[in-house]
Amino acid sequence: MKATLWGTRGSLASPGPDTVRYGGNTSCVSIHGEEGSLLILDAGTGMRCLGQDLPKDLLRVDILLTQLHMDHIQGLPFFAPLRRTGVEVHLYGPASTMLSLRSRLMRYLSPPLFPVSIRELPGKLHFHELPSGTVQIGEFSVKAQLIIHPNPTVGYRVETEHASLTYIPDHEPALGSFSFPRSKEWTSGFDLAAGSDVLIHDSQYTAEEYKDRVGFGHSSLEQALGFARLAEVKQLITFHHDPGHSDDMIDRMMAETIGELRPGYQVTPGMEGLEIVVED
Amino acid sequence: MSQQEIEVILSRHLAEHLAMPIFIVDPQGNMLYYNEPAEEILGMRYQDTGSMPASEWSTAFQPSEQDGTPIRPEELPLMLAMMKRHPAHRRFWIRGLDDAQRQIELTAFPLIGQADRFVGAMAIFWEIPE
Repeated sequence: MKATLWGTRGSLASPGPDTVRYGGNTSCVSIHGEEGSLLILDAGTGMRCLGQDLPKDLLRVDILLTQLHMDHIQGLPFFAPLRRTGVEVHLYGPASTMLSLRSRLMRYLSPPLFPVSIRELPGKLHFHELPSGTVQIGEFSVKAQLIIHPNPTVGYRVETEHASLTYIPDHEPALGSFSFPRSKEWTSGFDLAAGSDVLIHDSQYTAEEYKDRVGFGHSSLEQALGFARLAEVKQLITFHHDPGHSDDMIDRMMAETIGELRPGYQVTPGMEGLEIVVED
Repeated sequence: MSQQEIEVILSRHLAEHLAMPIFIVDPQGNMLYYNEPAEEILGMRYQDTGSMPASEWSTAFQPSEQDGTPIRPEELPLMLAMMKRHPAHRRFWIRGLDDAQRQIELTAFPLIGQADRFVGAMAIFWEIPE
């Protein structure tokens, strides 16, 4: 499978001269399978460019939302296939006790926050609430699991016969833990990430910044490296960069933290436009 | 060993930060965790025992009424919270593994996660001073 990063920024889109290399768009990743299946992970502002890149005769799109925070759904109404008649769009997202996935998305996709409501979109929309075990989408086997982040949030593990990719863009597994990482049994997200060929993971803060942001739902780069080590992944892609971090600052964070921790696996900084071929 | 449910992990983190005795079980009633304040009342250390099957912990502390009548496992608040999935409360006596007899009061409630997932139960208890 091939994964492409269309948005790597966390919390808020941050375009500008200081974010050209890592990118300013918020979370969106596409995964193309060898047999032609397409999955989209999150619908941040990066989704607009992805929509323009997809073939016009596309008949079906499967979009997996990790959560409904704005930086993960803002690109949805700007996604070109949604505005085409006859396109079948399947939206997956975490279940909530009080409101359906559709109703929660309607809060954004309706006036006064947005001029067009969901029911006015010409595409055929189907909503699927998770977690519901493992779902087969085309050639992909997709497992969702709740992870530590404010409000219901899931991570995804996408597998084919030959490869596995885990996507946990917003995650604070160190929350409340006196030492991190500790045992596999007591670590959020472990089952999803265990042994993955590629892990795309939250690495928003420096260790110093994290001290003032405990409970915000994100990880420091140091914690992301610790989580990847515990899960014994082959490659870590850093993701969900802080909107206040410039390209130069992310370069420094990567160099210092990797130099200090010397991970025994490949670490790749998540850059907008990066293509990753995932194989066993 | 696979990972615990996220609500159970967060419950343990909460218990580790509280000064109240707390005990957490999985959906089958197996004890998964008890915190340091609970160790004092139960007379054992979590680091020493680790997790414990329901059949073991529900009888190990010899729960009884004030007159010494044994309380059956299925009448214990934690077991009721699990089986009936609603809160349960009771005052009773236990014998800790340090052999000390203590009167405790215990409130148990089920842990029900998003999408109506039953992931276990939690008990908060305290010793009644003589």
